[in-house]
Amino acid sequence: MSSRQRTTLFLIAVAGLAPLFAWGFRNLPPMGDYRGPYGYAVTQVAVYERHATDVVNAINYDYRGFDTLGEEFILFASILGVLLLFRPSGDDHKGKKQAQVEDALPVSDTLRVGMQAMAGTMVIFGLYIAAHGQLTPGGGFQGGVILATVPLVVYLSGDVKTFEAIVSNPLTKLAECGGAGGYAIIGALAMLGGAHFLTNFLPLGQTGDLFSSGTIAVISVTVGVEVTGGFLVLMRSYLREIIEERLQGEE
Amino acid sequence: MLNYLAYAVAAWVFLWGLYGIVTSKNLVHQVVCLAILQTSTYVLLLAIGFKIGGTAPIFADIPVGTPVVDPLVQALMLTDVVVEATVAALLLSMVVKANEVAGTVDPEELRILMG
Repeated sequence: MSSRQRTTLFLIAVAGLAPLFAWGFRNLPPMGDYRGPYGYAVTQVAVYERHATDVVNAINYDYRGFDTLGEEFILFASILGVLLLFRPSGDDHKGKKQAQVEDALPVSDTLRVGMQAMAGTMVIFGLYIAAHGQLTPGGGFQGGVILATVPLVVYLSGDVKTFEAIVSNPLTKLAECGGAGGYAIIGALAMLGGAHFLTNFLPLGQTGDLFSSGTIAVISVTVGVEVTGGFLVLMRSYLREIIEERLQGEE
Repeated sequence: MLNYLAYAVAAWVFLWGLYGIVTSKNLVHQVVCLAILQTSTYVLLLAIGFKIGGTAPIFADIPVGTPVVDPLVQALMLTDVVVEATVAALLLSMVVKANEVAGTVDPEELRILMG
């Protein structure tokens, strides 16, 4: 099929899709006129029932915790897929690749010092975001991504050795697997007490405290560990060859 | 009419993403188009959950009962933002492998080579 034929077919399909869109949007309330009873109910009860002031995370890690567990395993499976595809192969086309890797760009002092100063702040910020998910906007997903960005900042500062040391650490894989498994284990622990899977069985504590909201805070941190580990494993897989080249170049 | 603008934006973004996937000449470009297509769901979800006068559903410094926007749709898209990034990474790793095996990232040529 030529690209012109394909575009024509696409336009015909869109012509059919347009009325479907219009039909689907027809009965939606005008924007700003929200009518969903579920969202209303959950905002009314979440703070009292779960002692969590961030209702979004109360939904994510408690009311719809099972849903998020599924999402977590999508994340886990994708990363597993990347690892599988990028596994070191026996046949070495190193000679071919060597020509493709460009020489490292010189890093200016401003960039190097700036990035190094930023890395420490980002670690603190990432930990803060991951730990306070039950209180304020944030949580494991966001904190994990911020933490996983730190090695990239180190990489930008020209310190390839430290970057390699961080991302090749076996702890990253442990974090990735332990985070995913930990979520399921926390859910299963509730069943030991006779409750349903992922029941919030820990003491809820004082609303507004760091150690409050029971399993919501714990699961949030677990997710943070998994996301951090997962993204570090991803970076390692993608940059492995370039890192090896650059480390060889430095020696 | 303005009240439905957000829905129109969602459809608009969705269709351009789809158009990009259909006409793409490069697998990397195609993955990015898929990511763009997916963002249309964020626009749609947030538009559905929005409430005039509503604030963020965080009761750290506001009393319970204050009108807020729907936290459910936010929770749905929040997890997806991170998961989508890893799915894109998986797709891109497939592109790298396709390039290694077939020596091209043009879907058209890929079809001919592997046909």
